[in-house]
Amino acid sequence: MSDMTVEKMSDEYFDVLKEIGNIGAGNATTALAQMMQCKVDMSVPQVRLLEFKEMGEMMGGEETIMAGIYLGIEGDITGSIMFLLEKQAARHLVGKLMGMATEGEEFSEMEFSALKEVGNIITGAYLNSLSTLTNLVIYPSVPDLTVDMAGAILSVPAIQFGELGDKMLLIQTQFFDENVLDGYFILVPDLDSYGKILSALGIA
Amino acid sequence: MGNLIKVGMADLNVCVSPDSITTLGLGSCVGIAIRDPVTKIGGLAHIMLPDSTSIRNNTNIPKFADTGIEELVRRVVAKGASRGRLVAKIAGGAQMFAFQSKNDMVRVGERNVQATKQKLAQLKIPILAEDTGKNYGRTVIFYPETGDFVIRAVGKPESVI
Repeated sequence: MSDMTVEKMSDEYFDVLKEIGNIGAGNATTALAQMMQCKVDMSVPQVRLLEFKEMGEMMGGEETIMAGIYLGIEGDITGSIMFLLEKQAARHLVGKLMGMATEGEEFSEMEFSALKEVGNIITGAYLNSLSTLTNLVIYPSVPDLTVDMAGAILSVPAIQFGELGDKMLLIQTQFFDENVLDGYFILVPDLDSYGKILSALGIA
Repeated sequence: MGNLIKVGMADLNVCVSPDSITTLGLGSCVGIAIRDPVTKIGGLAHIMLPDSTSIRNNTNIPKFADTGIEELVRRVVAKGASRGRLVAKIAGGAQMFAFQSKNDMVRVGERNVQATKQKLAQLKIPILAEDTGKNYGRTVIFYPETGDFVIRAVGKPESVI
């Protein structure tokens, strides 16, 4: 698999990612609805293969402030996953979760930890769907959260994709309660884990 | 006021005063600004990875510190800068998350900064100033007229190095 590049990935892999995104977002939606005690809907996820310079643009510019949650995966496969949410959307979710409107530019410690929990639940939902589809054992690490410019947060998975090629793959899902929340999910398996995922699915 | 030229991720460009050049949202990547103070010709590179020789798929020259800096120098000299007068300022190379996966991607920001310094030293281009490391993103704007390297970060006052 050492000559693997993101560009060369098959349509099947895209379909699989889309399916993981679909089931994962479904799980995440259910979890969010329970947590916030309200109805949450979602759109069909879009899988996008983007040049590094296009990524910031799609999120409204490299300087758009986003909340990024990042965690490692271990077990049968290794790598990392990231979930990104625009700052206003993150604020909205946290406000609902804590039952009050939040104010000010910075997140309080309490809001930060609530947001981390939201990210944990959402990434957990995606990882569960990946694990169910592949029958691979996957353990998530303790997540870390940062609120910063989209470009800076995305540099972390982009650099990992950069070792393989010049594009990166992400899944975009919209969640709706009374607002529209754009969420982006990025799965970065380590090089030799791509093969494991594909063969677990009977593709490779 | 001149134009503001934008450089993307894994990208580089050159500019001549009164124009200025920027790259937005540097995270673990490093922004390298070089300039000839006499002709006021400068350039900016936004590199992602330290070393092109350790990667098989390495044809994207501006993506790596080693090949990116060489190309940046070649481009500013082609534009009319004096090779011997070039000076540099660098920014970025943050560690955005406390956790990074256990493979060699750990502290890639730090490795990008090291590789950048090493390459500039090898080319005998002095580094006049730097704002690197820590755990936050940076937007940078470089003015070849003055050599000012303006750095913006979320929730912090703008600084000039």
